[in-house]
Amino acid sequence: MDLAFMAETFVKLLEGVPLTLKLAFSSVALGAVFAMLLALMRMSGVGPLDWCARAYVFVFRGTPLLVQVFLIYYGLGQFRPTLQELGVWWFFREPYWCALTALTLNTAAYASEIIRGGLQAVPHGQVEAARACGMSRATLFRRIVFPIAVRQALPGYGNEVVLMVKATSLASIITMMEVTGIAHKLISQTFRAVEIFICAGAIYLILNFLVTRAIMALEWWLSPHLRGAPEPRARLEPAHV
Amino acid sequence: MAPSSQPAAVAIRDLHKRFGPLEVLKGVSLSAAEGEVISILGASGSGKSTMLRCINMLEVPDEGEVIIGGETIALARDRKGRMCPADRAQVDRIRSKVAMVFQSFNLWSHMTVIENVVEAPVHVQKRPKAEAVAEAEALLAKVGIADKRDHYPSHLSGGQQQRAAIARALAMHPQVMLFDEPTSALDPELVGEVLRVMRALAEEGRTMLVVTHEMGFARDVSSRVVFLHQGVVEEEGPPAQVFGAAKSERFRQFISSGR
Repeated sequence: MDLAFMAETFVKLLEGVPLTLKLAFSSVALGAVFAMLLALMRMSGVGPLDWCARAYVFVFRGTPLLVQVFLIYYGLGQFRPTLQELGVWWFFREPYWCALTALTLNTAAYASEIIRGGLQAVPHGQVEAARACGMSRATLFRRIVFPIAVRQALPGYGNEVVLMVKATSLASIITMMEVTGIAHKLISQTFRAVEIFICAGAIYLILNFLVTRAIMALEWWLSPHLRGAPEPRARLEPAHV
Repeated sequence: MAPSSQPAAVAIRDLHKRFGPLEVLKGVSLSAAEGEVISILGASGSGKSTMLRCINMLEVPDEGEVIIGGETIALARDRKGRMCPADRAQVDRIRSKVAMVFQSFNLWSHMTVIENVVEAPVHVQKRPKAEAVAEAEALLAKVGIADKRDHYPSHLSGGQQQRAAIARALAMHPQVMLFDEPTSALDPELVGEVLRVMRALAEEGRTMLVVTHEMGFARDVSSRVVFLHQGVVEEEGPPAQVFGAAKSERFRQFISSGR
């Protein structure tokens, strides 16, 4: 194996990392908002809302992300006149926006189920205690239900973030020059698939190592109640506010 | 009974509650004057917890009235014909004056003890945080867990958790306190510390409704004892009278069965 070539390739592939991260984090962030909405629709108890959210999750979770990317990028191109009339062609013309749309819609479907699980696992007694002291629904959600649900959903959500980092590689199929896209280009120039894909794989591995560490740190920070009791300590500061 | 000059702190009238085909409450009436401590006894399934939970609308009665400090909680029927509070804001307002202590403590697991106590005063009653914290510290000292201030509920024993829950209830400045079997989930050696706190509250003249199996507490601390059996009040009166010469044969059986 040609180590000098691999080092060179590695540096070239690193140029794709910003786009990979941009796609991953934008889609996870936007998807989280959308997922929250879907989870609330599922749990609203309002028939049509629940039904719409179920149908959405069924479709986007049940079909391959690659198919969704193709449908949005190539499929919508067939409706160019209509999209131009609607004034949204500039958006769907760009592979970046198409990739981001597909990734966002896809992660929203998975994440909504993770969030719904977190919300449903909030202990009923703690909700009841909040209701019993007169909390309004909004305060109850903001102060009790949501913080507890986030803590419960976080490990599952971490998994989803890792999957999304890897899923960005599909954007290369619609011409995006993120890590995998650059790898394809280098292979077509050199025909050295093994070295180049090993380098690309290593980059994803490093990225996801950092992502999982970050999520573990977040989990640790959010769950002091699952760690040991604090050491008794002399309190030197004046009355705490 | 409440003196006629001022409304009862809590009154319930002819309360009925069904869960499916099972009628748990079959017309229960009860009234607690300011400063009264009422122990509610009864076998499991007698409806005592349900009755207590109807007072702050954690369960909505099918029929009957709940009146807190002279204010009747308005009820209505929803589209499916079930009873529901007519005015959610009224219920929230009344709940902030009626504190509840649960069998399983129900402290908020993601908050420290002091955060649990301060939560409702700050976020429901909108009191200044500094004031609420100072008061919460005093309450924790009062229930004897000042040193657990920054601990999470999972770090405390059951007895300490229940005392924290009592401090949380007191922080609301409640007009009435409801206790739903507050010692039933505790190891026997931890029951005493919680009962001591409750006894101190009774001596302060707080209005308390206590669903309990602690006969000693009912006998020594309460001003009145109510015995529920199959959804109706079977026996009621001052503890001396009830424990001394109960009219009800069932109640005599109940207390002699060693509960």
